[in-house]
Amino acid sequence: MTSVVGTPPAVAARPPAPTPPRRSVAARVVERLAGPAVRVLLVVIAVFWLMPVLGLLVASLRPESANAGSGWWTVFTEVFTRPAELTLANYGELLSDRAMLGSLWNTVLIAVPSTVLVVVIGSLAAYALAWISFPGRDWVMTGVVALLVVPVQVALIPVARLLGAVGLYGSIAGVVLFHVGFGLPFAVFLLRNFFVGIPRDLLEAARMDGGRELMIFWRLVLPIAVPALASLAIFQFLWVWNDLLVALVFADEGSAPITVALRGQLRQFGANVDVLATGAFVSMFVPLVVFFSFQRHFVQGVLAGSTK
Amino acid sequence: MVAGIEIDRVGKVYADGTRAVCDLTIDVMDGEFLVLVGPSGCGKTTALRMVAGLEEISEGEVRIGGEVVNRVPARDRDVAMVFQSYALYPHLTVFDNIAFGLSLRKVPKATIQRSVAEVAEVLELTEHLHRKPRNLSGGQRQRVAMGRAIVRQPRAFLMDEPLSNLDAKLRVQMRAQIARIQRDLGVTTVYVTHDQTEAMTLGDRVAVMRGGVLLQIASPQELYDRPRNMLVAGFIGSPAMNMVGAELALDGEDASVTFGGHRLAVPASVLHRRPALRGYDGRRLAVGIRPEDMEDAEVAGPVVPGGDTLSSVADLVEAMGADVMVHFPIDAEAVRTEDIESLERDAGGVGHPGRGTVLVGRFSPRTRIFEGQPTTVRVDVENLHFFDLETGTSIWH
Repeated sequence: MTSVVGTPPAVAARPPAPTPPRRSVAARVVERLAGPAVRVLLVVIAVFWLMPVLGLLVASLRPESANAGSGWWTVFTEVFTRPAELTLANYGELLSDRAMLGSLWNTVLIAVPSTVLVVVIGSLAAYALAWISFPGRDWVMTGVVALLVVPVQVALIPVARLLGAVGLYGSIAGVVLFHVGFGLPFAVFLLRNFFVGIPRDLLEAARMDGGRELMIFWRLVLPIAVPALASLAIFQFLWVWNDLLVALVFADEGSAPITVALRGQLRQFGANVDVLATGAFVSMFVPLVVFFSFQRHFVQGVLAGSTK
Repeated sequence: MVAGIEIDRVGKVYADGTRAVCDLTIDVMDGEFLVLVGPSGCGKTTALRMVAGLEEISEGEVRIGGEVVNRVPARDRDVAMVFQSYALYPHLTVFDNIAFGLSLRKVPKATIQRSVAEVAEVLELTEHLHRKPRNLSGGQRQRVAMGRAIVRQPRAFLMDEPLSNLDAKLRVQMRAQIARIQRDLGVTTVYVTHDQTEAMTLGDRVAVMRGGVLLQIASPQELYDRPRNMLVAGFIGSPAMNMVGAELALDGEDASVTFGGHRLAVPASVLHRRPALRGYDGRRLAVGIRPEDMEDAEVAGPVVPGGDTLSSVADLVEAMGADVMVHFPIDAEAVRTEDIESLERDAGGVGHPGRGTVLVGRFSPRTRIFEGQPTTVRVDVENLHFFDLETGTSIWH
C-alpha cells in the first residue's frame, strides 16, 4: 500500500533501461514460453481467489430448498439433467426485511463517519507532525508508531467500561469512536510519511506567498495528497465496513451493523444459507463500489513538474 | 512600495552549534540589485532565507523598509522569493500558480485576472496559462516562478540561484530577462548565486561570501580591479587570477618581483598606487596576474626593456574563438590558498608536490602559438596584484 502513495516523484520518472539489441536463443525461447505460462498461472490464481465469491453469488440466487439439498456447484453439474433454479427472491426478501435493512444502514452510519473523521483528524495531525516544529514532536511521532502495534483486543474491555461510564456503550457513536481511535495511528503514520515527501520548497513558497498554515494545508497539501488520502480512506472504510469484532462488543441490537446481524443468522447446520449468502453479497457490494470509484485517484506522479 | 533591506550584524547558528553566517552586515538600497556570491556552503542561501523569514535569525537584525522583521513571519514580510527548484504548485495551472499569492490575499477576481494577464504578457506565458507545471519546459517553469514573484508587486525580490537548473544558453537569455525586469520594475533585489558571471553581469553591487563571512562588497568593476584579498581575487574573474609566491626588491623608484628565475618590473605608478608595497622590500609576497593581462609577446609587439615578460613553453592551448587560453608552466612556487587546497581535497589528490606552477593566459586569437612551443609572454605589469602571504589581504595602503 505504501508503494502506491510513497513513491518519491523523482524516482518515478526514471528513463527505461535500454534494451540490449540481441538476446540469445535460449532467452527468447524462455520468453516465448514464459509469457503465456505466466498469464495462465495468473488466471488460475484469480479464478481460485474468486471461487468463494462465485459460490456466494450462486448460493444467494438459489431458493432455500435447493441450498438445503445440494451444494452451489451442482448448478453447473446438473445444468443438463435438471433445469437450474435461480431466483432473485432471496434479494427481495432481504430488502424487505426491516431488521436487515436497518443493520445495513447502521453499517453505513458507522463506516462513513469513522472514515471521514480518521481522514480529517489524521491529515491535520500528520501535517503538524510533518511540517510544524514544536517541542516533543519526535516523541509524539514515536508514540504514534508505537500505537500501531497495539492489538485491538487488549483495549476492548477498558474501552467498553469507559464508554459505559460516559453512556455511549451500545450506541453507534461508541463504535465510531473506537474505530476512529484505532484507525488514527495508521492514518497519521501513512499521511505523515507522505507529507514529509512533499518538497519543502513548495511549503516555503506558499508561506512567502502569504499563506497561513491552515491555508497551506487546505489549498496546497491536501490537493497534492489526494492519492494518499484516497488510499487511506479506502483502507479505513473497508476495515470498518467488514469489522465484526468491535461491533459485536460495542453495538447493541439497535445499532448492530450488517456483520453482526448476519452472524445472528448463523445456525448450527447452515439451514439458512440463502439469507447469509444474500446478506454477505449485499455487504460485499458496497466496498467494491467504493473501491472502484476511488481507485482512479491512485494517480501517480502528482508532483511531477513542480520542482526542478 | 519598494523598500531597502538592512542586514545588520546578522549571524546564524544552528541547534547543533554549526555557524552558517557570521556578523553579516549589508545595506541593500531601495531598488538596488545586490548579488550574494560565493562557493557552495558559504552561507549565502542561509543569509537570503533569513531575510525571507524562512530561517530564524540567531543574531543581529534584519530591517525591511526600516522596520525590524526578526519576529515577522515570512507571509507578512511582503517580499517574494524565487526558488532554485521553482517550487511551482503541481496541482494548479500556470494561471493559478501566478494568482496563488493574490488569491490568498483576497484580491478581487477581476484584479487578479488583469494582473496575471499583464505578467504573463511580459513573461510570454499567455498561451500557457492553462497548462500544469509538469507540461512545461524548464525555461517556462522558471518564468512561471518569476511571474509568481512579480505579480504580487512585493517590496523586494529574493532569488535563490534561479537559473542554475537551466541549460547554458537559456541561462544567458533568462539572465538578460531578469536584468531587464528588475530594471523596469525597480524593485530591490537580493540574488544568490555561485556563478560569478551571473554575479558580475546582474549586480549593481556584489557581495562575496565565504565560510559565512562577507569578504567584500563592491560594484562588479571594483571587485575585479581592487579585490580586497586573495579569496575575492581568486573567485572573481574567469579563468581565475594566477598567483605565485615572489620576492619584492626595491631600488629607489624602481621595483621588481622575482619568482623562480623570472623577473617582472613593478612600475613606479603601481608603487604610487600601492604605497604599502614599500614595506615589503626584500620580503616574500603573492603576486597576482589576471589571464587577460597576459599576451603573446609576438602579438603584443616588440619587447621594451624593463622586464615585463615571462618565458616558458606552452603546455596546453585552448582555442575559444574570441580568445585563446594558453597554459604554461613556470618554475615558481604556487600560492597555497585555501581555495586551491579545498579544491584538491575535493578531488582526492594531494596537489602538486614541490615547486612549479601553471599559469593561464588569455591571448588574442591572432596568436600563432601551439602546444610544446617555447613562448614569451608579455605581462601588463601596470595591473599586477599584490597580496600579503600571511593574511591574504591585498596590499594597498
